[in-house]
Amino acid sequence: MPGKIYVLIDHGQGKIRGGSWEALALGQQIASGTGKTLHAVLLGQQTADLAGQVAGKRVDSVITAQDDRLAEYDPDAYTAALQQIVQADTPDLLLMAHIYQNIDLAPKVAAALGRGLVTDCIGYRLNEGQLVFVRQMFRNKLNADIKIHSEPPWIITLQAGAVPIDDLEEGSGTVESRSVDLSSVPENRVQLEAIQAMKGKVDLNKADVIVGVGRGIKKADNLKIIEDLAQALNAEIGASRPVVDNDWLERERQIGSSGQTVSPKLYIGCGISGAIQHVVGMKSANCIVAINSDANAPIFNIATYGIVGDLFEIVPSLTKKLRE
Amino acid sequence: MNIVTCLKEVPGRETRYRINSAQSWIDESGVTAEINECDEYALEEALKLKEKHAGEVTILSIGRTRSEKSIRKGLAMGADRAILVEDEEDKVRSPHAAAAVLAGALRDEECDLILAGTQSDDFGYGQTGTILAQLLGLPHATIVMEVEALPEQGKVKALREMEAGWFQWVEMPLPAVLTIQAGISQVRYASLKGIMQAKKKEIRRIALDELGLNLDSLPRLEVSRLYFEESASKAEILQGDTETVVNTLVDKLRKEARVL
Repeated sequence: MPGKIYVLIDHGQGKIRGGSWEALALGQQIASGTGKTLHAVLLGQQTADLAGQVAGKRVDSVITAQDDRLAEYDPDAYTAALQQIVQADTPDLLLMAHIYQNIDLAPKVAAALGRGLVTDCIGYRLNEGQLVFVRQMFRNKLNADIKIHSEPPWIITLQAGAVPIDDLEEGSGTVESRSVDLSSVPENRVQLEAIQAMKGKVDLNKADVIVGVGRGIKKADNLKIIEDLAQALNAEIGASRPVVDNDWLERERQIGSSGQTVSPKLYIGCGISGAIQHVVGMKSANCIVAINSDANAPIFNIATYGIVGDLFEIVPSLTKKLRE
Repeated sequence: MNIVTCLKEVPGRETRYRINSAQSWIDESGVTAEINECDEYALEEALKLKEKHAGEVTILSIGRTRSEKSIRKGLAMGADRAILVEDEEDKVRSPHAAAAVLAGALRDEECDLILAGTQSDDFGYGQTGTILAQLLGLPHATIVMEVEALPEQGKVKALREMEAGWFQWVEMPLPAVLTIQAGISQVRYASLKGIMQAKKKEIRRIALDELGLNLDSLPRLEVSRLYFEESASKAEILQGDTETVVNTLVDKLRKEARVL
């Protein structure tokens, strides 16, 4: 089944987003498995240098669309541009990184095109020529194989880290500039200021050991046992999102996609289930210990050592042992 | 301001999942349903906006008759009325279909703002609100942490979550669709008075068929298999009582992983 795979390449501050390289690597894999050609799509303004970088990978071509309306992300302009390109070229697949921008964009494109979209994929299978996409459901506790029933292109967003960037193959593709007409696209959504949450007070990156605390701690008053463990280990305390949302700890201690990314020698997760939004921020720790009462918690899939049990018993006992 | 807030019932947070024998869905026996987490925060935002700008909050839901319990809870929290599109056979299982049904149910409604949760805790596709916006021809913003309505200017400002601790304010004309992130506020409890009042509030029921939609013509996502992750437990699970596991762990951290 020949055909074409398109990959949207995202960029910011003059750099290509890591997730887009992963999406391109996925495109290369599917292209190899199916014989389809692979094409990158780069929207923006003054993207020649970026297009050159992408063309240095194993792609058949890089399609660039330049327009003032594409200089910054605007859902209406981006949707219209992708719609024009896709409707002219009729690819089978449109791949994107599952980053915040595409969480906003992909469903709009899917609706505008009237095509099926599977978000946050962690893999795919090729079953007798039919592509099936794998994603997590039910608060990431179960995996599902998803079949798409729609005309092509099927739209896919890829979870960060699902395909290693190391898999990306070098090569050389052509660069092709495409004109899009965005003159009739409404200017509905205006970007105002961007703000960064209290950066700098706590730099978890300097810590060799991090004790991570999650929803399992139940309330702020219970944090004493975590503080004691951190002190015994000379560790910093990190947190998953619910802990920060509940104001049990400061937001700058949040680890994960909307917080800090850390890679300590030792990470001890206490009462953390291991939602992907947290895991992307700490999975590169050398050694991960998980303490959780739910044996099915996804944190045990990435941990080095696991203890299934009550953190209110285990953590004080561990602190005591370390102080001996 | 008239605000519509979408609300879905999902398996509760404490659910211990089992898969059905066809491996096509969860075994729903014994599963307790609750309001989808993000949707509860969306409702909270709607109620706060109503307190500030007056108007009406309408809950919009697709579900089985039994979803009434969650809807009553939302009415008890302070919503004024509800619309339930009854889908007794659970036909609406894809984002395009859900969005089309929601749009259909809103055909005769006048609203200034539509809120939805960013993502559901069952399928978790994270698409429905945005597709709804596109079907209605309205602007949208996703993963919203804060809402500031400016009805006299016909605008709404929304703070979107971005990567790595960044947030972005965006501004759109009303009406608009915002998808709300969980955890952004303290969701109120229903008061006793609220619970009593909720019993008398209107739930308008619409049969799915009444909307006259051809759901089969829409893009559809089929869960062809549901399963626990196969690369089960990469962690070495330490066995024994508390003292044993703690001793084993410290020993391994010192001698095997050499991180202490």
